[in-house]
Amino acid sequence: MLSLLVFLPVVAAALLLLPGVSDRWARWCFVGVTALETVLVVVMWVGYDSPGTGALAYEQQRSWIPGIGASYHVGLDGLSLPLVAMTCVIFAACAVFALAERQRPRLQAALFLALQTTCLGVFASADLVLFFVFFDLSIVGMYLSINGWGHGERRRSALMFFLYTFLGSLALLLGFVGLYVASDPHTFDMVALAADPPLQGSGATGVLVLGAVLLGLAVKTPTVPFHTWLPPAHTDAPAIGSVVLAGVMLKLGTYGFVRIAMTMFPDAWRDWAPVLIVVGIVSVLWGALVALAQTDLKRMIAYTSVNHMGYILIGLGAAGLLGDGSAATDEARRTAISGAVTQMVSHGLLTGALFLIAGVVWARHQDYGLDRYGGLATRAPRFATLFVLAALGSLGLPGLSGFVAELQIFAGSIATAPAVAVALLGILLMTAVMLRAVQSLLTGPVEGLSSDFTDVRTREWVPVAGLLALSVLIGLAPSFLLDVIEPAAQSVAALVGR
Amino acid sequence: MSAGVSLGTVLLPAIVIGPALVGALLILVRTRLVAATAGWVGAVTVGLAAVASVVPAVGGATASTDFMLGAELGVTTSGPAAVILPVILAVAALVLLAATATTETREARFTGLMLLFTAAAALTVLATSLPTLLLGWEVMGAASYALIGYRYADRRRVGSGATAFLTTRAADLGLYLATAAALAGGTDLSLSSLASIEGGWRDVAAAGILVAALGKAAQLPFSFWLARAMDGPSPVSSLLHSAAMVALGGYLLLQVSPLLAATGWADDAAAWTGAATAVVLGAVALAQTDLKQLLAASTAAQLGFVVLAAGVGATSAGTAHLVAHAAVKALLFLAAGAWLEALGSKRLSTLTGAARRWPALGLLAAVALLSLAGMPPLALWATKDAVLAGSLEHSLALYVVGLLGSAMAAGYAVKALVILVSHQPDVAPHLDEEEPGTRTVSPRATFALVPLGLGAVALGLLAWPPVLESLPGDAPLAPAAWELAASTAVVVVVGALVASLVRRPSRADGRQRGVGARLVSWLHSWLGLEALVAAMVVRPVLRAADAAARLDDRVLARGVDLAAAVALRLAAATARLDDGFLARGVDRFSTGTLQAAHTTARGDAGLSATVSGVALGARRAGRLVRRSSASGQLHVYYLQLVAGVLLTAVVLTVILLVGSPR
Repeated sequence: MLSLLVFLPVVAAALLLLPGVSDRWARWCFVGVTALETVLVVVMWVGYDSPGTGALAYEQQRSWIPGIGASYHVGLDGLSLPLVAMTCVIFAACAVFALAERQRPRLQAALFLALQTTCLGVFASADLVLFFVFFDLSIVGMYLSINGWGHGERRRSALMFFLYTFLGSLALLLGFVGLYVASDPHTFDMVALAADPPLQGSGATGVLVLGAVLLGLAVKTPTVPFHTWLPPAHTDAPAIGSVVLAGVMLKLGTYGFVRIAMTMFPDAWRDWAPVLIVVGIVSVLWGALVALAQTDLKRMIAYTSVNHMGYILIGLGAAGLLGDGSAATDEARRTAISGAVTQMVSHGLLTGALFLIAGVVWARHQDYGLDRYGGLATRAPRFATLFVLAALGSLGLPGLSGFVAELQIFAGSIATAPAVAVALLGILLMTAVMLRAVQSLLTGPVEGLSSDFTDVRTREWVPVAGLLALSVLIGLAPSFLLDVIEPAAQSVAALVGR
Repeated sequence: MSAGVSLGTVLLPAIVIGPALVGALLILVRTRLVAATAGWVGAVTVGLAAVASVVPAVGGATASTDFMLGAELGVTTSGPAAVILPVILAVAALVLLAATATTETREARFTGLMLLFTAAAALTVLATSLPTLLLGWEVMGAASYALIGYRYADRRRVGSGATAFLTTRAADLGLYLATAAALAGGTDLSLSSLASIEGGWRDVAAAGILVAALGKAAQLPFSFWLARAMDGPSPVSSLLHSAAMVALGGYLLLQVSPLLAATGWADDAAAWTGAATAVVLGAVALAQTDLKQLLAASTAAQLGFVVLAAGVGATSAGTAHLVAHAAVKALLFLAAGAWLEALGSKRLSTLTGAARRWPALGLLAAVALLSLAGMPPLALWATKDAVLAGSLEHSLALYVVGLLGSAMAAGYAVKALVILVSHQPDVAPHLDEEEPGTRTVSPRATFALVPLGLGAVALGLLAWPPVLESLPGDAPLAPAAWELAASTAVVVVVGALVASLVRRPSRADGRQRGVGARLVSWLHSWLGLEALVAAMVVRPVLRAADAAARLDDRVLARGVDLAAAVALRLAAATARLDDGFLARGVDRFSTGTLQAAHTTARGDAGLSATVSGVALGARRAGRLVRRSSASGQLHVYYLQLVAGVLLTAVVLTVILLVGSPR
């Protein structure tokens, strides 16, 4: 069933490339397949039963490259299932939004369906080679999306994105090879590597190899100072490209932290933890501060992603500080991890909504300048409602998913590392960032480009409202999500504590 | 909970969810029917919730569901909530009723936001755990942003909303910190468990909650946001200042009073901050020339008494004061709003004689102002004296400062009262300064104020010792006769003094020179706190943001560009090296080998078969290389090169494998 979920989109993509498929058909096929994926993932969610430490649900293993100990091994647990579900929802939202795409819709649908397979593949992988293949293919897919459907300096931005993240993935590969070489018997199997971390107790070697992995993931996430590819990539990407890039693909990096780095390098992770916390705090404050100075809506949203990814790093880093090993500390570490995973889901939904909204702005006037608009609340009340709600979610207002994530992260991290309290200022800065954007776009007299701004159409507001509704659901009744995440967070906390 | 209580258990969540849901629908659904009925729908919804709230308030009820961090999303009417919940809902219902009298404030969006705000306030009051509290607390703050900036076409008003939201949210970070402390302290994050935390985390929790509550309650140094909050429509000020938002800052401290006391320092900090705010913001109120600004400063000052009560552990007295103040202040803001609408200005000079022009409204306002002044036997007189009695138990100094605070209250309330009941001037100045006045006051608005006026008179009963002791929380000793006499004397003397000063404006003006004038203008500007924050915090942060953005673009991003450029140049250099050096090197190498072969062949007469074979091979290889190199067939050349490298690699690997110990 999991393999079906992963490969259905790419099969559909191949069929879309057959000659004679009309654009209209392709658009609806995109919607249909992503909707079917969403249904599938809901069914899997309902049937999901927490598999326990070191085991996977919906597991499948087939021989692939036996010579190097790599196999086709997929499965889900409480870390990956929420992200797989979030990926399906986001692609479905993109498909609906793309119904009005006029520029080569058939190719775009095929590309995004293939991209969905690569993203799902990364989350489902239980083998490092498989993980890496999907990881790199997703970079290629996103490159094509920005290069082919972007605007502005799209070629330059796409190339920069590609080279930067591809270089990062090479560092990641180096780390994987390090793991492989150290393992005995040699294997790339993630379950086996987590069960018996090969570099445990190896001192500097483990720290160095983990360093390579961290570098690769930090570029992908991105964290300060490796984030500079993000703003241009977002600014010049098409709306749904940005949604997938921020919503799903940034999570490939953060997911790697918790899935690979924490479980396969427990002692080295603990050595790196203080560095990661500092990088996280810097990312939180730097991302929010730079976002505050942006005059371009999309660049601003891009920088808020740096801020939000910083929270994740703080939570995961804090989980590496064992402290006095008391029950309260263990509880705090679990909470921090659970918050980090919740944040991955929450950020996907909220940033997805924000980038779709930015897409609406671009569709009207091909201009993201915050100061070019004003009074949109008068001209486009439904647009205003959606934007305000997404902004409130992004600034971490309780009642939306961001709060559930951030409160867990802060409560857990401050309890283990009190200095993290500095990063609370990030919440305040984000409030200022979002209020500023809301006020310059929506309030004041109708002026500038606002005068002929038409309100959101059905295929524009439906996906945004859907993402926000999910965020509100998580914000008010998070148990359905936390019940899945918490056992996995507990496992990771225990694995890191080895 | 047995079956007998189940009605309350069902009603309690419904009291929060009902208004929230109706509010959300009023905001989201845009039909003509909704637009036409929104105001009434809102008033009736909250009115029903108010009636329903009596059941859980009297019988006690608790309800909860799973939330996060192992804590519950829980509501309970234990503690002061049993008293405050019905008050919030009743005041909100009356405010919404009065709001239906005006076109703007019966719009669906306005009513919807007010309902969300009310639901969030109710949740804040009922919350059992820190995450639940944060949910109510911060949604209330966000709703206040939308309500203060309701007229969004006016950027200044929206800016006022943002000031309120950002200031209170800055203080709210304390609640995040308190949550972390509660988690680290090993509690289940319930509010009642906080006092039992051991060690330093208890101090962190107390400090966090204290800061958050002082921010919401507009105590020093956060008071300035309240001045800006006046930019909202009058019903907003009326609700925000009386029963919800600001009041709930004080309420939270009443609720966690045991935690404050357990730390040994937070209770004193709260008590002194409250007392100081009562005095200083009382002076600020006295210096105002605008009725709403005067009332706003008075709100902060009056909440000072509640915070003082929480600090000295006189929680039931604090609760009584909070309730009585809610009735008084809701009435006064609604009256100010009605006059603003009628006269188009809220300046005191414009409102001169307004109470005479609309006598019913004027009478209600006068009663409320006398209550605010602390005139016996009205409500705030009794409740404030109960608080002061509690502070005297704690320390004499605190009592004296509190008494000074009540002197200020008498001053500003009498000032407003005297102006309102004076004879109307022939031509009122600044008429219609803010908006075109209607010159009428809706009877509906006046009618909604009647219950509030009764409250302003009679709620002093709450401070009557038998009643006070039945209120949740700790009751202070009943004030002694001399205390009552002292506070009454203060009120009467200060009231008479202020009345005589206000009645002779020329003399008052004549005094305002030099230091006195500067003091008054400093007080008039709310101590210049907002300007101070703008200069010390806002502008530096914005500058830092600009600098960070520049650094990001010019250094970090360019660093990457630079690295790419270096890589490109390196590649070009490598290519040159490849063409100019390696290729030629291969050429020379093959020539050299040829020559060597020739030499060998010539030098050795014996012509060993092996040597000639090598020479021949080398010569052939050399020719091949030269041919492809010279003929420009570079790909053939590279292919050979790669094949060579690969061959070398394979050979080396074989050697290593064979030679390795394994």
